[in-house]
Amino acid sequence: MYTDFAPILIFIFFALLLIGALFVLQNIISPKQNKGGDKLNTYECGEVPEGSAWVKFNIRFYVVALIFIIFDVEILFMFPWAVVFQKVGLLALVEMLIFLLILIVGYAYVWVKDDLSWVKMTVRYGRGRYAPLQKKGSDS
Amino acid sequence: MDNLHSYLIISSILFSLGLFGVMTRRNGVAVLMGIELILNAANLNFVAFNRFGGMAELDGQVFGIFIIVLAAAEAAVALAIIINLFKNHETVNIDSADQMKG
Amino acid sequence: MAEVAFIIIAAITLASAFFVVFSSNLMYSGVALFFTLFGVAGLYVFLYADFLAATQIMVYVGGIMVLILFGIMLTNKIASTDLRQANRGRFMAGLSAFILFLLISAIAVTTQWHTGSPQFLDTTVAKLGMMILYQYLLPFEVASILLLAALIGAALLSRKK
Repeated sequence: MYTDFAPILIFIFFALLLIGALFVLQNIISPKQNKGGDKLNTYECGEVPEGSAWVKFNIRFYVVALIFIIFDVEILFMFPWAVVFQKVGLLALVEMLIFLLILIVGYAYVWVKDDLSWVKMTVRYGRGRYAPLQKKGSDS
Repeated sequence: MDNLHSYLIISSILFSLGLFGVMTRRNGVAVLMGIELILNAANLNFVAFNRFGGMAELDGQVFGIFIIVLAAAEAAVALAIIINLFKNHETVNIDSADQMKG
Repeated sequence: MAEVAFIIIAAITLASAFFVVFSSNLMYSGVALFFTLFGVAGLYVFLYADFLAATQIMVYVGGIMVLILFGIMLTNKIASTDLRQANRGRFMAGLSAFILFLLISAIAVTTQWHTGSPQFLDTTVAKLGMMILYQYLLPFEVASILLLAALIGAALLSRKK
């Protein structure tokens, strides 16, 4: 069976080969002198780089990653279920529905608690569909 | 190479390395990495015994799936605790978490 | 050919596991853990566990590693690249871990394990599905409760107050 995975191995091998070849190539054709100063700087879209790249993230990234991994695991159980679904029939459907219903409780929880909305936005002048975003107390 | 002993030795090396990491590291995230190594070593053992025990039943692989599920839940909660520790104490050194009320 | 691949994958796994434990920079440890988890997925392929290998990539490499990297990024002060951390008791810990390794591998090599002649399945996914739906039905349903508890608990802990 593991010969089925040989294409993946070949793929990884050629990916590494390509990256290595590009490094060797740029080492050959790039000029040896005139390396220094701004050329060794971090490229930040032409701007002068500011601070380190390793900054502290907003914690909301973590909450989203957390929700992702829980439902990632849910999907993992659905693959073998989907393969045998036709053979087992209704029983499989009921079992998976129980599994999903329990997890949907968690989904509803994070939805109600506003963990899914990325920007908790308020606007000063809200008209039409932006009206609910308007801050209370400010005039329109 | 394709025998049970080589897999058992690989998994025992992984386990010892993970244990060493858990014992020496003081950073909470690094301790978690050691725990992941230990879990992977255990998982490798389950799957190796399942394969060389005949593969008539796949109990070892089902155990492996449940261990991965447990590892996901454990990592999520552990990192939330570590982030909270950092918010309250400005450190991730797990030795500094020695109070019941932060 | 398969043997060479096995040796290379095992070597990558163990070398990057060493790097995870001994690197003094936490970010490098995290990236090395990627390679360890990939290597273990490769070893699963050699053990005829195709679904488990895919699961390892999907959940460990795609999920848990991302969480761990977020954990590293979230627990360092802004603009501080110094992710070094104090290590203590290296000698005693190394000695005890090494003795434990010798003990485990001695037991693993000397014991007469009961090994059957393997039947090679074409793919394990269908059989795993039957086992999860019948034999392991209760753990399967309880796993969802575990995931629910983990989701609610971790979301509650990490919410911005």
